[in-house]
Amino acid sequence: MSAKSQNSDLPLVATANDLRTGAVVYRSPGGAWQRDIAHAEIAEGKDAAADLQQRAEADLAVRVADLALIPIIRDGAFVRPAALREIIRATGPTIELPPSSQLRL
Amino acid sequence: MYRYDEFDHDLVRERVAEFSDQVARRLSGELTEDQFKPLRLMNGVYLQLHAYMLRIAVPYGTLSSRQMRKLAHIARTYDRDYGHFTTRQNLQFHWAKLEEVPKILAELAEVEMHCIQTSGNCIRNISADHFAGASADEVIDPRPYAEILRQWSSLHPEFSLLPRKFKLALIGAPNDRAAIQVHDIGLEVKRNEAGELGFAVWVGGGQGRTPMIAKKVRDFLPEADLIAYMEAILRIYNQQGRRDNKFKARIKILVHEMGEAEMKAAIEKEFAAIDETNMVLPRDAVERIERYFAPPPFDTRFNGAPAFERARETDRDFASFVERNVHPHKMRGYAIATVSLKPIGGTPGDMTSAQMDAVAEIAEQYSFDEVRVSHEQNLVLPHVKLEDLPAVYAHLRGAQLATANYGLVTDIIACPGLDYCSLANARSIPIAQRLSERFADPARQRDIGDLKIKISGCINACGHHHVGHIGILGVDRKGEEFYQITLGGSGDETCSIGEIVGKGFSSAGVIDAVETIVDTYLRVRQSADENFLAAYRRVGEAPFQEALYAHAA
Amino acid sequence: MPIFKGHGFTPDHWALAPDDAPLSGGRAVVSKVRFLAERDALTARNAPLGLILRSGESLDGLEDDLDRFQLIVLEIPKYTDGRAYSTARLLRERYKYTGELRASGDVLRDQIMFLHRVGFDSFEVTHEGTIAALRDGKIKLVRNHYQAAAREGEESAPGRRPWLRVSPRGVPGDALDMGIDGGGI
Repeated sequence: MSAKSQNSDLPLVATANDLRTGAVVYRSPGGAWQRDIAHAEIAEGKDAAADLQQRAEADLAVRVADLALIPIIRDGAFVRPAALREIIRATGPTIELPPSSQLRL
Repeated sequence: MYRYDEFDHDLVRERVAEFSDQVARRLSGELTEDQFKPLRLMNGVYLQLHAYMLRIAVPYGTLSSRQMRKLAHIARTYDRDYGHFTTRQNLQFHWAKLEEVPKILAELAEVEMHCIQTSGNCIRNISADHFAGASADEVIDPRPYAEILRQWSSLHPEFSLLPRKFKLALIGAPNDRAAIQVHDIGLEVKRNEAGELGFAVWVGGGQGRTPMIAKKVRDFLPEADLIAYMEAILRIYNQQGRRDNKFKARIKILVHEMGEAEMKAAIEKEFAAIDETNMVLPRDAVERIERYFAPPPFDTRFNGAPAFERARETDRDFASFVERNVHPHKMRGYAIATVSLKPIGGTPGDMTSAQMDAVAEIAEQYSFDEVRVSHEQNLVLPHVKLEDLPAVYAHLRGAQLATANYGLVTDIIACPGLDYCSLANARSIPIAQRLSERFADPARQRDIGDLKIKISGCINACGHHHVGHIGILGVDRKGEEFYQITLGGSGDETCSIGEIVGKGFSSAGVIDAVETIVDTYLRVRQSADENFLAAYRRVGEAPFQEALYAHAA
Repeated sequence: MPIFKGHGFTPDHWALAPDDAPLSGGRAVVSKVRFLAERDALTARNAPLGLILRSGESLDGLEDDLDRFQLIVLEIPKYTDGRAYSTARLLRERYKYTGELRASGDVLRDQIMFLHRVGFDSFEVTHEGTIAALRDGKIKLVRNHYQAAAREGEESAPGRRPWLRVSPRGVPGDALDMGIDGGGI
């Protein structure tokens, strides 16, 4: 996508969906896949990105699916994805869900 | 409604076991995601932005109350308490867990439902007129044929690995409510001059990247030849459809590249060569299926509907509901009621489990236990006694399902878009919501009259934007959401593909642009009887372009 | 590579002949191009002849010669490519081909029933999981079908609806009874 090429110099994190539940997850420096982008390992530069990609790919067998390295923007102490699609993945649909839907979060 | 016998039950149970085995093999790592993907898609399991999505087949859009209650139960137990009805008359759950899908399938099997072929490059769930068996204009009920085709196409050994997905739709009335001309195959059940049953057959329609209107390849195909003829079309497509480029793989491209005449000749040649011994569809077999769709035990002693008339005179809201959401039934004293899933500012097609239960209850009590799903993302109560309509309306109001906007500017079709879908480039639902709010005033909506707005979040066109009177297509422009507007599309029997009116609009600008288009229509229409589509077809795009872009030039 | 046929794996007795090499005396599998080019010489040979059709190659031009082959191999380059399924059904149903019909390539175990029903009776499978499942008889299959295919005569017809068919039971590891033992070997 164009958003990616535009942001090609930005740092990257590895994201995927948990194989069993489908939940959006990010790879932490320790190798865990967890829900919070704030705890994701951040790869700066080509070599670090290739290394992260390689380690993350090893988890495709039984832990996660649909792996991608996505550009992020550091905002003070916060980290947020650069592309709208990834912001929506990180924070959920931008529309109001039925109040009862929170019961199953 | 069709009811499973032991054979059907066994088949679905075996299929659930097979898919459960496939899930287990994926979770154990025996299958890679690449290998698993086509298997899970054959069973309606997608991986979307936030979670897995499970698409449940609602064959030709018919549901019983029991089935609706089961869907509510699944929403509550396994998902986030709501579901989404689609333009393919199916239901999607957007928060399914892969490890729970086998359990959900087992629950569905209890009520004769499944997810077979709701995705993948196979013959998808068969869709049909949502007013089938009820509408005053119906010539033949298409549901028995839809059921026969559902069976024939299920786990078909030859046609499960097609170049691309394949969609069939059926109607049995002159008014096309199932958009058959934008399907891979469209069938109109009809009688010929001798009174025999058969079908007009269209091939090669579709939306997506390259929208095309289907070509009529047969004006009358005798009933007995239905299966053999379908096999002929599918075999040509399976062998000759393009597999080198998925954007050119639908049958519409094959029809276009071969040409209409050559395609027709190829189908007839293949059809003639098929040994029909095991393919012929005998009348008595059709009759056995037809019995499942026999009319319900209507009350035939119609002596007027005083409660209905009184409510219509005294309750303006009810009168509006009747005017917009109630349609003529073939049986005197009955009506068809549309349950709008388009509340002002809501998500088109979404429904909570409580609402599903409410509709199940209403259908059980007032509509012979039947609910339909329309491709316009609404529900239909097909057989309501006129005299019961005030009570039905009151119940719908109680469930916040009584929006009187069928066919109006706020009855918007929208795909899930970038809020859920991994294929989307832009959001659809927020656009639908803001348009709905902009045009919320009921008097204004009624003044504008029949107007179909359809929104897709990507070129795959699940939101049918090509056949919207006003179509909106979301695109990604350098990382920003951008919306292209088409005008003059229509999915009915006067099928046309909308034309791009000019350069697109930002998310902020698209609502104003649609309002400008609507105001332009109000200005150019000859009278309130000339609806948007008719006016557009008369005046063309010039006045709309001028209103939209003149100030910018 | 071993071939799955009947109830288990057997060695492959056939050899694929490259188009540009002269044939040895024994059984040989040739391409469509070579067969059409050397039809007379090939049919005059006194040894069993097989044919391989690459993905996308049709039966055009071969219609009158199909009974000369003891083996026809249909290549399946990718498990999503369904063209061979139509070719197989045409061979069995329209051209009454009775020799061995082999699916060769990237086949998942989940496709074995479809392949069987369109007329294949031997499998040259590259996928390890499929090989193991066939060997151990671990394939879960849907036995009830909603349409007639290329197994008329073997499959029973329960009769309630004329298009219903049921595959027979009694199979390797409660998997699949390949039924006919194919010709050729």
